[in-house]
Amino acid sequence: MTKGKKFLMYAFLILMSIISVFPLLWMVMAATNKSVDVTRGRLLPGTYLIENFKNLLAAQDVGSAMLNSFKYSIILTFVSLIICSLAGYGFEIFHDKAKDAVMSVILLAMMVPFVATMIPLFRMFSSAHLLNTTVGFLLPTVSTPFLIMMFRQSARSFPHDIIEAARIDGLSEIRIFFQMFIPTMRSTYAAAMTITFMNAWNNYLWPKVIMTDAKSQTMPMVVANLTQGYVTDYGMLMLAVLICTLPTAIVFFCLQKSFAEGITGAVK
Amino acid sequence: MSKPSSKMSLDKKHNMTGWAFLTPAALLIFLMSFVPMIQAFLLSFKMGKGNNLSTADPIFANYTRMFTDTVFTQSIKNTFFYLIIQVPIMLVLALILASILNNRQLRFKGLFRTMIFLPCATSLVAYAIIFRTLFANDGLVNLALVNLGILKTPYAFLTHATSAKIIIIIGLLWRWTGYNMVFYLSGLQNIEYSVYEAAKIDGASPIQTFFKITVPLLKPTILLTAIMSTNGTLQLFDESVNLTDGGPANASITMSHYIYNMSFKYVPTFGYAAAMSFLILILVAVLAFIQMKVGDKRD
Repeated sequence: MTKGKKFLMYAFLILMSIISVFPLLWMVMAATNKSVDVTRGRLLPGTYLIENFKNLLAAQDVGSAMLNSFKYSIILTFVSLIICSLAGYGFEIFHDKAKDAVMSVILLAMMVPFVATMIPLFRMFSSAHLLNTTVGFLLPTVSTPFLIMMFRQSARSFPHDIIEAARIDGLSEIRIFFQMFIPTMRSTYAAAMTITFMNAWNNYLWPKVIMTDAKSQTMPMVVANLTQGYVTDYGMLMLAVLICTLPTAIVFFCLQKSFAEGITGAVK
Repeated sequence: MSKPSSKMSLDKKHNMTGWAFLTPAALLIFLMSFVPMIQAFLLSFKMGKGNNLSTADPIFANYTRMFTDTVFTQSIKNTFFYLIIQVPIMLVLALILASILNNRQLRFKGLFRTMIFLPCATSLVAYAIIFRTLFANDGLVNLALVNLGILKTPYAFLTHATSAKIIIIIGLLWRWTGYNMVFYLSGLQNIEYSVYEAAKIDGASPIQTFFKITVPLLKPTILLTAIMSTNGTLQLFDESVNLTDGGPANASITMSHYIYNMSFKYVPTFGYAAAMSFLILILVAVLAFIQMKVGDKRD
């Protein structure tokens, strides 16, 4: 490769990286500044963070929204990982014609847009008194074709000899799953956890539909509420956006490597 | 072999265990996707406000109404505008980035990858609000453009029809390019690196390598990302609500946003909203079918 080409390549990558990172960096800086300083274009950290935080707490019930978001997302992630990995394992290890057919039908569900099921689900859940509940939040997205597919792929690489040996030793099928499959497939679980937690935390449309009570609102809903007023306090708004982004960003950083690995597994 | 009956029952037991493993997930998908889908179809033939519904007369009234509803036709146009402009740019950009980052001689590869992937860590609501603030009348972009002398007075990006749509596209590109890039990088790892070295020895230019090796070998992944992006764009909601609020005057509203408004913001007209949502379902299915056909043909 010539020097000119190499220079162009690095320049392109650096430009793309700056574009990708800048809005986030700006958000962090804005969260520490006064609204007027934000509109004046101040790009350095300020001293107004605590003040913004106080204003934010006064404007919206951030504490309960954070608690709700954590509660909904963690429970959803936990249940989802168990149900979907059981299914993925079942589809692969015990596969036969009938189960393969069921799997192809399940994959069709990937094509069903959420708006097409949202209205009947809302009607169903409101008559079952599931509005403003954790169960109501998790039911529609707890079992996803994507996760089932991912776990089915990973079960394919799980050695059958181990299963046979365990069966001869008299281990029940469910214990083989919990004691042997789960510990072996830690990286798949980590990837699935990242994806599921992020989707659950970021979900906006469904909570907006069923969380009709202000006490049950999630963090993204509360952040969106902040923009409804006539005058916007940019410092406070960006602090809210930052707080809303932190949990997913932390999960993302901790599990970044396994996330990419998990996607690789699903793509294969 | 001596006891075929006991083997049968063992097989049967084995088979039942398999079903037990997958039933909870399969049942949930059936109840939460397929049943509501059928209900939406039935609902689309009902008329009335709120829960006060009766069979539509004529039976296709909700479907004929869609085509005379200027806001809905506008929302279809907008959604396809986003789809046709944003998805190709994003996928090409992601492919180029992935093939550059796949180069073994490149330094700081991990750092570049992390930075470009970083936007995916933000929630859709969060990034929509960041972009809305950046492109506001008193936002940073206007400030920079005025200070640089490119603009004399701030331009109201979000209250002009065309620029509002372009801002949504810019936002989508920012949020999703890195995501698709990761899929391509994963796909590229499955291609033997020696193929690239051989091409280099044979004197192939990087552009030839890109079109003759990378693109054909990544075809299944490209197909997957194309279907996922199409699906996602047709269901666009968060950006339309939080970046432009569908405005100005519904000029940037998406189909999902309009369906939401018709069901939950105004007096609910569930039947009509269900009819519109069923149209999205058909669009998603048709486009996925076309993409799979096109993807198959190029072999």
